[in-house]
Amino acid sequence: MSFIVEVKSLSYTYEDGTAALREVDFELEAGKTVALLGANGSGKTTFALHLNGILRATSGTVSVDGLEMNDRNLREIRRRVGLVFQDSDNQLFMPTVLEDVAFGPLASGASPGDAAEKAHTALAKVGMGHKAGKAPWHLSAGEKKRVAIAGILAGDPRLLVLDEPTTFLDPPGQRGLADLLDSLPQAKLLITHDVPFARRLTGEAVFFQEGRIAAKTSIAAIVQEFGW
Amino acid sequence: MHIPDGFLSTRVWGTMDVVAAPAVALLAKRAQREFDHHKVPLMGVMGAFIFAAQMINFPVGNGTSGHLVGAALLAYTLGPAAASIVMTAILATQALIFQDGGLLALGTNIFNMAIAGVWLGYLPFAMLRGGKAGVFLGGMLSLLVSASLALTELLASGVPIPPAILALSGALFVVSAVIEGAITLAVVQALERMQPGVLRQPKGLNSRTGLVLGATSAALAAAGIFVASTRPDGIESLAQRTGIWSRVTTVFRAPMADYQTTLAITPWLGRSLAGLAGLALVYVVCLVISRMLVASRPPLSAAATPREGV
Amino acid sequence: MRHVRIDRWSRGESYFHTLHAAAKLVAALTLLLCIATLSVRSLVCCAVYLMVLTVSVKAARLPVGRVLLSASAVLPFAVCFAIITALSGEPDRAAMLLIRGYLSSLTALLLISTTPMPDLLAGLEWLRAPRFLVQVMQFLYRYLLVLIEEAGAMRDAAESRAGSVRSLAVRQAAGAAGVLFVRSWGRAQAIHRAMMARGFEGHIPRFREFPLQRSDVAFTLVAAALTVGFRTVLA
Repeated sequence: MSFIVEVKSLSYTYEDGTAALREVDFELEAGKTVALLGANGSGKTTFALHLNGILRATSGTVSVDGLEMNDRNLREIRRRVGLVFQDSDNQLFMPTVLEDVAFGPLASGASPGDAAEKAHTALAKVGMGHKAGKAPWHLSAGEKKRVAIAGILAGDPRLLVLDEPTTFLDPPGQRGLADLLDSLPQAKLLITHDVPFARRLTGEAVFFQEGRIAAKTSIAAIVQEFGW
Repeated sequence: MHIPDGFLSTRVWGTMDVVAAPAVALLAKRAQREFDHHKVPLMGVMGAFIFAAQMINFPVGNGTSGHLVGAALLAYTLGPAAASIVMTAILATQALIFQDGGLLALGTNIFNMAIAGVWLGYLPFAMLRGGKAGVFLGGMLSLLVSASLALTELLASGVPIPPAILALSGALFVVSAVIEGAITLAVVQALERMQPGVLRQPKGLNSRTGLVLGATSAALAAAGIFVASTRPDGIESLAQRTGIWSRVTTVFRAPMADYQTTLAITPWLGRSLAGLAGLALVYVVCLVISRMLVASRPPLSAAATPREGV
Repeated sequence: MRHVRIDRWSRGESYFHTLHAAAKLVAALTLLLCIATLSVRSLVCCAVYLMVLTVSVKAARLPVGRVLLSASAVLPFAVCFAIITALSGEPDRAAMLLIRGYLSSLTALLLISTTPMPDLLAGLEWLRAPRFLVQVMQFLYRYLLVLIEEAGAMRDAAESRAGSVRSLAVRQAAGAAGVLFVRSWGRAQAIHRAMMARGFEGHIPRFREFPLQRSDVAFTLVAAALTVGFRTVLA
């Protein structure tokens, strides 16, 4: 059994002394999807930021796809982990959709030609091929989210981490997003408050409470046990 | 304060463009060094912030309201070099997208607000080591300097402004300057409550290069405008005496003066060429001076090392 | 919002839209230079320039009336100085200030209405503007609307509680500006984080190349020759 994510007794303390994560252990098998549930401020996003080294553990270890998190592996890990942030506007920072989606491959050294090809493929995958020349601010929230996901897929990651992907999306947009995510073969970590949305994609979940993982079980059990 | 095109004489905007372009190139290099590439998004977003902040009305009594100009605030939070670049980006965006300020006059507006306004606004802040008085005086001085420079340039361009109106503008500038100082101080105080440590504490007057640069370019521009406006013959006689420059100045002068100087070819062709040459010359001079200034700096090497954390 | 309209105009497909941004910039600067040096007695030349600009706007398939109207945004400043100039006994000069100001503004408007901002920035870079500055402008432009909307939302929120924003005291307005500042700063950090997550290591890669075509050079030369020609023959 190969793990795409292996986290051992991960703790993280912010500079001001707030302990955001305490002794977190977590594993995820390749190709699986799991939902991260928990109250605001329980450590879900902080945890996710450790998975591609934007935050680095105060203590404990993180390894992704067999690579231990360190300066040497950082670049490769970032290539293999795609983070989709909550506010698409923060993620789409380039002037056109195509340039934005091509940013990842370009930053990791692809030639402009290759990057454009990858970007077009990724845009087609999320059904946004016809918007390649548009500026990000001409897109709807659902379209922005799809483009943000395309930007991640263009880097050909093995793991997708999605932070509150349904924020700002209307119900059809949410259904479309669920179908899209379901069709992607990658392992997925889904940070969300939206339990029905999580259920469309997986039955498994972990529950964060005050920086710890309080339960690893089914979504149904968490809903019952924690009144979620 | 954004001077549109068509108001300044060619001598004035030409001089200011030639002064501003290399200064911006140098400051860009400097901002890049002390602020590294990682902060490009921060600088861009703070530029957008200034646009957005101008939507907030500050009541200043009697139902009137002012808004934040922001040059000093940027200098306190980003440091003066980065603030100059952000202000330059703002002015260029305003000129291009909103037709707020001219394109030929861009160098003039950049000099007034992004260079003189920022650096002279930073001066009291640095000298008083960031105290309340420094914050207030900086905001005030930055606006006062920018506005007075704009007025001076209009005067030097021959826009007739009667003494009464001059006095009135002066009074108006002082009032706006006090308002800018007060708004800047209020915002800085609000910021310090919300996010302590957001001000970059000035390290005394360590940023001497910047101050020297500011002073030098101010002196250069003032001298240039003075010579060009009060003694238009000064440049010519100097050029004639040196000889080497005579050819250049003929070409340079032709589009600007009333076409008394003609080249030795047909007037039509000569003048057309001179017109283009004038523009090309300003461009080349800017480019050459920028390159010389920037080339004398060591190349950037720190850009490759990523800095982690938030 | 005016800016949004221009942004939409700039994505047209006319001949003017397809030209290289640097070519249009140089042509526009040449025209601006000619306008700036027009003397008081060159009304014919002004009229010709206005005609050329109007025809160009039409050829770029832009709404002529609205473009001509938009260009008058410069007039408040110009009128103010024109009045002063007229009062000090130089009505010709006053008229010239108005005309030159308007024509210059129209020239700049034609440029930006036929050139999307990203292309314009690429054109500036092609003309050797510092890349660092161009990138700052790129981010500024990208987040302009986002932050203006945020400020608008804050104003609506304040208004719905306080009745009218006019009743905000200086302290409250400063607080609002402070909040906007902190949010902008936070957003910048979030953007930086998203960039790092996608492999950003210090420089923004260049993606599109903008080669100058022979037709672009030809356009610039013809436009410049015409502009300068009119200027010399008519003035």
